[in-house]
Amino acid sequence: MMKKRIVCMLLAGGQGSRLGVLTSSMAKPAVPFGGKFRIIDFPLSNCVNSEIDTVGVLTQYRPLALNSYLGTGQHWDLDRSYGGVFVLPPYMTEHDGRWYSGTANAIWQNRSFVDQYDPDYVLILSGDHIYKMNYTSMLRYHVEYEAAATIAVLKVPMEEAHRFGIMNTDEDGRIVSFEEKPKQPKSNNASMGIYIFNWKLLRAYMERDDADETSENDFGKNIIPAMLNAGEKMVAYPFEGYWKDVGTIQSLWEANMDMLGEDPILDLNDPSWRIYTRNPVLAPHYVGKNAKVRDSLVTEGCTVKGDVKHTVLFCGSAVDEDTKVRDSVVFPYAKIGKGCVVHKAIIGENAQIGDNVRLGEEPKEGEVIDNRLTGDIVLIGNDVTVPSGAVIPRGAVVTQETLCQFVNGGANA
Amino acid sequence: MNQNAFGLIFTGEGNPYMRDLTLSRAVAAVPFGGRYRVVDFVLSDFVNSGIRNIGLITQRNYHSLMDHLGSGKEWDLNRKRDGLFMLPPFSTKDNTGVYRGDIDAFHSVMQYVRHSSQKYLILSGSHTIFNTRFNAILKQHEESGADITIMYNEDARFNPEEQNRDLRLLFAEDGITVRELEWNPRYPRSNYRSCEITIIDKSLFEDLVEESYSRGGIDFVRDILLTHVHDLKIMGWRYDGYVARIDSVNTYFSHSMELLNKAEAGDLYNPDHPIYTKVKDETSAKYGANADVHNVVMADGCYVDGTVEDSILFRGVTVERGAVVRNSVLMQGVTIRAGARLDHVILDKGVTVTAGRALTGYEGLPLVFRKNLTV
Repeated sequence: MMKKRIVCMLLAGGQGSRLGVLTSSMAKPAVPFGGKFRIIDFPLSNCVNSEIDTVGVLTQYRPLALNSYLGTGQHWDLDRSYGGVFVLPPYMTEHDGRWYSGTANAIWQNRSFVDQYDPDYVLILSGDHIYKMNYTSMLRYHVEYEAAATIAVLKVPMEEAHRFGIMNTDEDGRIVSFEEKPKQPKSNNASMGIYIFNWKLLRAYMERDDADETSENDFGKNIIPAMLNAGEKMVAYPFEGYWKDVGTIQSLWEANMDMLGEDPILDLNDPSWRIYTRNPVLAPHYVGKNAKVRDSLVTEGCTVKGDVKHTVLFCGSAVDEDTKVRDSVVFPYAKIGKGCVVHKAIIGENAQIGDNVRLGEEPKEGEVIDNRLTGDIVLIGNDVTVPSGAVIPRGAVVTQETLCQFVNGGANA
Repeated sequence: MNQNAFGLIFTGEGNPYMRDLTLSRAVAAVPFGGRYRVVDFVLSDFVNSGIRNIGLITQRNYHSLMDHLGSGKEWDLNRKRDGLFMLPPFSTKDNTGVYRGDIDAFHSVMQYVRHSSQKYLILSGSHTIFNTRFNAILKQHEESGADITIMYNEDARFNPEEQNRDLRLLFAEDGITVRELEWNPRYPRSNYRSCEITIIDKSLFEDLVEESYSRGGIDFVRDILLTHVHDLKIMGWRYDGYVARIDSVNTYFSHSMELLNKAEAGDLYNPDHPIYTKVKDETSAKYGANADVHNVVMADGCYVDGTVEDSILFRGVTVERGAVVRNSVLMQGVTIRAGARLDHVILDKGVTVTAGRALTGYEGLPLVFRKNLTV
C-alpha cells in the first residue's frame, strides 16, 4: 500500500454535558452550528481544504448519529478509494475490549488504523471548536522546526488565560513548560487542542503511557508532560484568527451571534475556504408578505412570516405571523407559532413552539430558575413541544419533563 | 418501486422564444426556482419514482448540463448497475454529430436502449416542470394494455405567438383513449396538453423509431405519434397537480412568479418528493440591518441590505443598501449596487447592475439581461 504523509485523528468523543439537553441524543460534534452546519463540519472541512484525506473520528457516545451523519464522507469530498473518513468506536478483541479511558487511549486503541497508512505524522484534533485553519501550514512549520510535536496556540486575553492550557515558550517558539488552567498564568499562549506528532515517537510514548496504571491516558495531562520531561523538541505554532470552544450554551450562542453584523468576526462566506456539510434537500427559503427580517441568517427550507432580528435560523425552521424573534438561535426544523415573543433563546431541533408563547421573560417574583448551564439564555430541548400560551423565563431549560413547571402556572417546582 | 422502467430525457430542443436565456445553454439547463435547473424536476421525478436507469440525450451547448449533472451523485444516480447515462452526440458514418430531430437522436442512442434491462421506457422532454411520481401512470399503462400512454394536464393558457412543441390530446368517449392528436394547432380544439411524458414498451419504441428513421422521419411526435394515432392504442393519463411549461421568456417569468404562491405552486415543495440539484456549499443567506424583504423566495449565499419584493433570488445574489428590486428574477451571482431600481427584470447569472441604474420591464414583456453583463 502507498503510504500517507499525515493522518488525522479527530477526538469527537464527548457527550458534552455542559451543552445540557442539546446533547441528550447526539454527541457534541453533531450539534448544529451557524445555520447550515454541525460542529464537526469545521475540523473535517479544514482537513479537506488542507488536503488531508484520511480522518479517523473517535467516538464512544452515540456513534450511530455521527455514523449516519458522516456516511461515506461524500459531502466533505472524503469518499476516497484509499483513505477517507472512518468512525472509530471502541471495540472488542479476542483478548479484551474497553471504553476509551482518555484522549490518548482512544488513539492508542486505534493504532492499527493509523499504522495501515504508515504515516510520518499524525494530526490530533478535538471536535468541539469553531475555526478555519490550514493544517498543512502547521505541518510545514512542524517539519521546518524538526519538532517532535507541534501544538497550535492562540493568544488569549491575559485575564482569561487561567481557563486554558497554557504553553510557555522561549523566544524561538519552543515550548519550555505546560500548565493546565494555571491560577497564575506566565503567558497567554493557549493550547487549541490541535497537535501534530511524529507518529512513531507518539506511538512509543502512548505504549509507555498505556503500561502506566496511574495514568489517565490523556494528551494534556500525561503525554505532553511526559514528552516535555524527556526533553523532546516541542514547538508552539501561533494561530491568528477566529477560534471558539463551543462547549457551553453561552459560547455556542455567542459563536452563532459572531456570524451576524456588517463585518462579522466569523465570516464563513469564504469561497477559498468553504465549510462543507451534509446538505438537506430543501427548497430555497421563503419570506412572507408581512415579514420583517434584518441582521439575520436564513437558510434553505425556512419560512419566515414574522419579525426576525439578530437571529440565526437553521434549515427547515419556521417563524409564523405576528411573532417577534430577537437574539436567538433556532435549530433545524424548529417551528415557532403565531403571536410569540422570543428573546435570547436557543430552540432545539424539531421543537414546536405553539401560539402566543413568550420565551425569555423576566422571572416572576420568587421564581427560582436553575440556570447554571444557561445564564440568561432560554434553552428549549430537541423535539420539545411548548403549548400555546406558555411563558418561559430567561435562563430556563425546557425539556418534555420540566415543561409542566412552566405551563401550569407553577413556579414552585 | 418501479424496477421495470427506465427513462430517456431528450434535451436537444431549441426554442427561439427563450431569447437570451438559452443563448449559451439548453432549455433543460435554464435556472429555475431559486436553486434549480429545469431538468432537476423531471430527473427528481424519476428518482422519486424509484427509477434508477436514466439516459439523458444532449446536443449543442451541453457543457452547462454536463457540469450541472456530473456523475449524477446528487440524484443518487452514480450506481454500479444502471444510473445516469449522459448521451452526447457523436459523429458516425450516418450522423454528422448534430441531430435533425429527436428521432435522429433516438436512433443514435438505440444501443443504450437495447442494453437497458427494463421493459418500459419513459420518454421525457425537458421543458415541462412538475413534481409527481410515475408509479400511477406506469400502473395504468401496464393494466390498460395501451401501446403508448401520454401524461397530460388541463391547461387553458394559449399564446399562438409563442407556440412551441404544443401537443394536445382529444379523447374518445371513454375519456382515456386518444382519438386524435394536435401538434401546434392554430385553433386548438382541446385544453388537454401533453406533459412531455410518454410511456412505451421498449421493443415497440425500437421498431417505431427504426421504421420512421429509415423513411426520413425527424420528429417523434409528428412522424410517429401523429402518424400512428389510429393504428396504435394511445391513452392519456391525467395529472391534476401543478405544471409549469417553460416555453418562452414570458412563461418562464410568470411561472417563476407563481412560485411565490404556495397555494398555486405548492406541489413543487412537496417534502415527500424532494427536488435534487447540484450542491454548491453556500452559507446561509444574510440579511443586513437595512434589509426590507417581502414575498420573496431566496436561496443560500445571498446578501440583502436593500428592498426586495415579489422576487426570486438565486444563490449568491447581492442586493446592496438602498437598492430596490421588485417583480424580478435574479439568477446566481447577480449583484445589484446601491440605489439601483429594478422592476420586471430577469437577470441571468453574474449580471451586475451598477449604482443608481433603473431597469423597468412590464408584466407581458420582462427585460432579460444575458449572462455576465454589466449594466
